Amino acid sequence: MRSSAIVFLCAFIALSASWAGFVLAPQLQLGRAPQEKATGTESLYPVARPGLAAQGAEVYISLGCVYCHSQQVGQEGVKCEIILSDAGTNALATLGALARLDANLGKPETLASLPRVIKRVSTVAAAEPIVKPLTDAGAKAYVKVVPVGLDISRGLGRRRTVAQDYAYDLPVQLGTRRAGPDLANVGVRQPDLNWHLRHLYAPKAEVADSTMPPYRFLFEQRPAGKGNPAEALALPKSMVPEGIEIVPTEAARVLAAYLVSLRVDVPLEEAPFTAPPAPPAAPATNSAAK
Amino acid sequence: MWLVLSSVFSLIASLKFHAPTMFADHAWLSYGRAYPAWSHLLVYGFCIPAGLGVSLWLLARLGRVELARPWIIAWSAELWHLGVLVGLVAILAGQTTGYEWFELPRYSAVILFLAFVLITVWAFVTYTRRTVEALYPSQWFVLAALFWFPWIFSTATLLLQFFPVRGVVQAAVNWWYAGNLLNVWLTLVGLASTFYILPKLLGRSLQSHYLALFAFCTLILFATWTGIPNHAALPAWMPALSGAASVMSLIPALAVAAIVLLTVRGTKMSCGGGPLCFTRFGAWALVLVTVSLALSSLPVIARVTDYTWFGHGQTSLRIYGFFGMTILGAIYHIFPHLVGANRICPRWMRINFWLFMSGSVLFALPLMLGGIAQGLKLANPNVAFLDASKAALMAFRISTLGELLLLAGGLVLLFNLGAAIVGYYRVLCKTAYQEATEDLEPLGVKS
Repeated sequence: MRSSAIVFLCAFIALSASWAGFVLAPQLQLGRAPQEKATGTESLYPVARPGLAAQGAEVYISLGCVYCHSQQVGQEGVKCEIILSDAGTNALATLGALARLDANLGKPETLASLPRVIKRVSTVAAAEPIVKPLTDAGAKAYVKVVPVGLDISRGLGRRRTVAQDYAYDLPVQLGTRRAGPDLANVGVRQPDLNWHLRHLYAPKAEVADSTMPPYRFLFEQRPAGKGNPAEALALPKSMVPEGIEIVPTEAARVLAAYLVSLRVDVPLEEAPFTAPPAPPAAPATNSAAK
Repeated sequence: MWLVLSSVFSLIASLKFHAPTMFADHAWLSYGRAYPAWSHLLVYGFCIPAGLGVSLWLLARLGRVELARPWIIAWSAELWHLGVLVGLVAILAGQTTGYEWFELPRYSAVILFLAFVLITVWAFVTYTRRTVEALYPSQWFVLAALFWFPWIFSTATLLLQFFPVRGVVQAAVNWWYAGNLLNVWLTLVGLASTFYILPKLLGRSLQSHYLALFAFCTLILFATWTGIPNHAALPAWMPALSGAASVMSLIPALAVAAIVLLTVRGTKMSCGGGPLCFTRFGAWALVLVTVSLALSSLPVIARVTDYTWFGHGQTSLRIYGFFGMTILGAIYHIFPHLVGANRICPRWMRINFWLFMSGSVLFALPLMLGGIAQGLKLANPNVAFLDASKAALMAFRISTLGELLLLAGGLVLLFNLGAAIVGYYRVLCKTAYQEATEDLEPLGVKS
């Protein structure tokens, strides 16, 4: 290679190719993706975080929480159970549809104890042609989608996280290391603001084996009884000096509000899951932080 | 100097895992600030300026020409260091951008960009003034590196800070930037130095230029696509493509291994802790780290290594083991030319080599092994999360020892170069004094 022009040409081609692939292409694919409707509802997803939580995100970033905590959940696939819940008024038609599906199912015993799982498949696409003839016959049948994978079985979330989940985060804090647990759903696992405040002040107060450093600089000490006692943390006696109260600063409050707002619990078309029958009501992320 | 400071912050960060309660009352010493301070100082404070210095030397030396406008380059270097300092203060004060390997806020990024472009311009002018027409492989690598950095750095600055893209596209840009910075830029500059130092010190030609050309082309073609982790919450084609590119990066690494083997083969030269030792160790570290990158990008293995300390160990091996060692080799080769031979104490250089080599090995390998142990436990959903974290704790303690050695190595380097510079200027002063007094004596005789 004698000519410098060739060096530059090679470098230009190589770099512009990867630039087009990893900068331009995702921008075209995702950069202007609109909000989607959450599966089965009319509500748009995602929505921007409420005010306090948005301020808390800035504290989260400035403290570099991302170096120990990821915010992304993976999955390896889904399990789909097709559940027949009601045979409908025309049991014969339903049985006929079932028989076409599987000769063993087309017997009256199938309808004896409902609801029951009539088939298991591994994709949502494979489940739909099975459900359709049953509902056409007047029966009630639905698909229960359960994501499977390591993160799911560790209880880190109900489904994998997808690009849509982060549309309003700036900067996104995906993280690549789990020195501490993944936080994508910490608001689902632990919706109590005060738990987070106590945990930030003294992680060992809540998790005995915790390796997380305490964030005491987010709190103030003041003599007991000098202010509203409701503001003080309810910590074990051994952790607080006699006659002293630990009061969270504004930064601690908004950070806790942000942590509680971290929840990826809405089914999307590209990341479906079937929520359990009665999910606990989501606490308001903004109003709970006084 | 930045290297030493970086090591100090790295120590502070890792001490968190020994005694988490330490420094709990000071925001600026918390892990989430000390860690980015470490990586910022290491890459922007040490790697890039040192790499640029060696690059300029190579351009001038291989072109048989003097640097164009050295004073502009020197002032740009000062400007660069100012930008690094501003970035450091900002990170410690909590003004970080929140992007890994790109924590410096925009006002600091602009300073760095300006300084780099100024240096690049005069480096290029130096290059066009060269008196030797034919290009040596090291020059391709340096030119590509000078071209690479402004592009990736401006992309990251514009798309992450001035006109931020939305959602996970930020993560894609961030990973693309970090991959290109660590896996391409550092490799280009490091190999430029390797391909110059090895033949030069062994007194034989590079075996061969064609292999080097092959390594160059495949490196820029494949490594530029690496950097997106397997688990990324991005469209699935991106991590898949990136993983394939990581495997393909084995090709340039094998070419480098072949070049080193063929060039060194048959020479009976003991390196004695000198530049040759540094360079050779660095080249092998590069081969090792590329193999580990290729392995850990296979989905089967990534399942275990993702999210663990493995990645940290791998990056540290690349930065300290490959780039740091190679660049120190180049510095120890170049310095005697600048300040005169015999100013570098060979014994301290040997000590530096052993400290830095054992430090980078003790820092990186335990983290990688500990990461695997941690990952194997994490892969079993019945093992509690904290138990899995604790599996890496012993390895982490050993790696802190490695950090101590690296810090000692950095101090020795500082001392060694500092002493050489002081010695150089002392002689300069003495000569100046002698010249001055020589002029005076006749005067004195007269009066």
